[in-house]
Amino acid sequence: MNTTLILQQLFNGLALGSLYGLIAIGYTMVYGVIRLINFAHGDVMMVGTYIAILAVSVLLLPWWAAFLLTIFATAFVGVVIDKIAYKPLRNASRISSLITAIGVSFFLENLFLVIFGGVPKSFPIPALFSGTLHIKGVILPVISIIVPIVALAFLAILMYILHNTKYGIAMRALSLDMDTTRLMGANVDAIISFVFAIGSSLAAAGGIFWALKYPSINPLMGIMPGLKAFAAAVLGGIGSVPGAAIGGFIIGIVEILAVALFPPLAGYKDAFAFLLLIFVLLFKPTGIMGEDLERGRF
Amino acid sequence: MLKVKDLDVYYGVIHAVKGISFNVPEGKIVTLIGANGAGKSSTLKAIAGLVKSKGNIKFLGHDIRGKQAHKISNMGISLVPEGRHVFVNLTILENLRMGGFNKKHSELEPLYEKAFELFPILKERANQKAGTLSGGEQQMLALARALMSEPSLLMLDEPSLGLAPKIVAEVFDIVKMLNSKGMTVLLVEQNAAQALKIAHYAYVLENGAITLEDEAKALLNNEQVRKSYLGEM
Repeated sequence: MNTTLILQQLFNGLALGSLYGLIAIGYTMVYGVIRLINFAHGDVMMVGTYIAILAVSVLLLPWWAAFLLTIFATAFVGVVIDKIAYKPLRNASRISSLITAIGVSFFLENLFLVIFGGVPKSFPIPALFSGTLHIKGVILPVISIIVPIVALAFLAILMYILHNTKYGIAMRALSLDMDTTRLMGANVDAIISFVFAIGSSLAAAGGIFWALKYPSINPLMGIMPGLKAFAAAVLGGIGSVPGAAIGGFIIGIVEILAVALFPPLAGYKDAFAFLLLIFVLLFKPTGIMGEDLERGRF
Repeated sequence: MLKVKDLDVYYGVIHAVKGISFNVPEGKIVTLIGANGAGKSSTLKAIAGLVKSKGNIKFLGHDIRGKQAHKISNMGISLVPEGRHVFVNLTILENLRMGGFNKKHSELEPLYEKAFELFPILKERANQKAGTLSGGEQQMLALARALMSEPSLLMLDEPSLGLAPKIVAEVFDIVKMLNSKGMTVLLVEQNAAQALKIAHYAYVLENGAITLEDEAKALLNNEQVRKSYLGEM
């Protein structure tokens, strides 16, 4: 295999990894503030892609307006899920919330199966995102270049929010100590809603890019990316935002390169993320960026 | 300023606070003393809105029992929790920012100045994580953070816990100084000797009930208190 091809695959891996990273941030932030693995998060991404397809093909919005609407609408969906399903269980045992999250996941998948049917819909790709670039013999789809750039931009904005705004600082405080955050006069429920809004909007962005890369969407499309993003969040250190991004990149690159270097393994491509997950859990359960579990997050 | 009447706190079947009543008048230091598990912390948590309670809690004439903790904080009650609970993952400045969560941006700068004037050690380390501070420094930070919201009632839960005697004296000096500038203080302490020295009025809590109350000076000389809480034979 020559360097050009490896370089090309590396870029593809980077693009795929950015998608996992975008979704993983939602897992990691929600875990950070309420110690819940939100297994419905992959399905929130799926909801985002359906909102996007409706915005483009029913509301006939231009792509940028459709994407903005998708991001805000999905944020709202995430906040509503928290209010209805998780908030009543805030003081219940963690396993109850976890089971509820799996329930929400099944509910969303089946709700969308009922509404839209199981036949995959094709996602309309704006011309801007469909071209390819040729750089010194490396052939790159435009989308594979845009995705990592946008993902990194979102990550930078998020890190700015977490360190320079009072709600961001409060999220980090909350990840350490909920009661003391209340004592500061901060409305913890509002901050948790904000976290769900951020996580879900990033999942929506991930979903849109996912659909642009693999333009066939169905109600179960969120499961596999959701699980891999979960693996990415654990690999990076659950609770750590930069960790989620790094974990996403690693899993994306490993998946693509493994298949590129050993084509007979193509059928096992979904297994690599979980293989990594198993190794992390065996040898460094706190993940790459994870610290002591009691020391607060982000 | 604060009037507590018939306050009950339950944790499941455990009756931690059993119908206690006490007052904290404006400008005074009132202390609740008592052994570990007497219900002191539960009382403060109930006032701050962190645990559910029954009875009557009036602050500046408003009924605050059952209100959410952040609303009570915004009304002007600040609790320095037991064990300090500084946000170890945030810098000192960020901890102070959290303390002044509901302050406008323009109000913050003078409040930081005030905090750094009171606790110069915090200024030197403003951008360090609070987790790197010593226990005494963390107590100073917890106090400074509580003052950022400019409370009218400051509640302190065991501020001397786990601190060297020299630091304890420093903390109590600061509390006394704050009080001399008009701050009303509700102090909960196991270290009864120190607490009674700076307080105006004191209540003794035993097994969730108030068994004794008097001027702090009088309690210092009370034989029963001396035996039970001041370690005299």
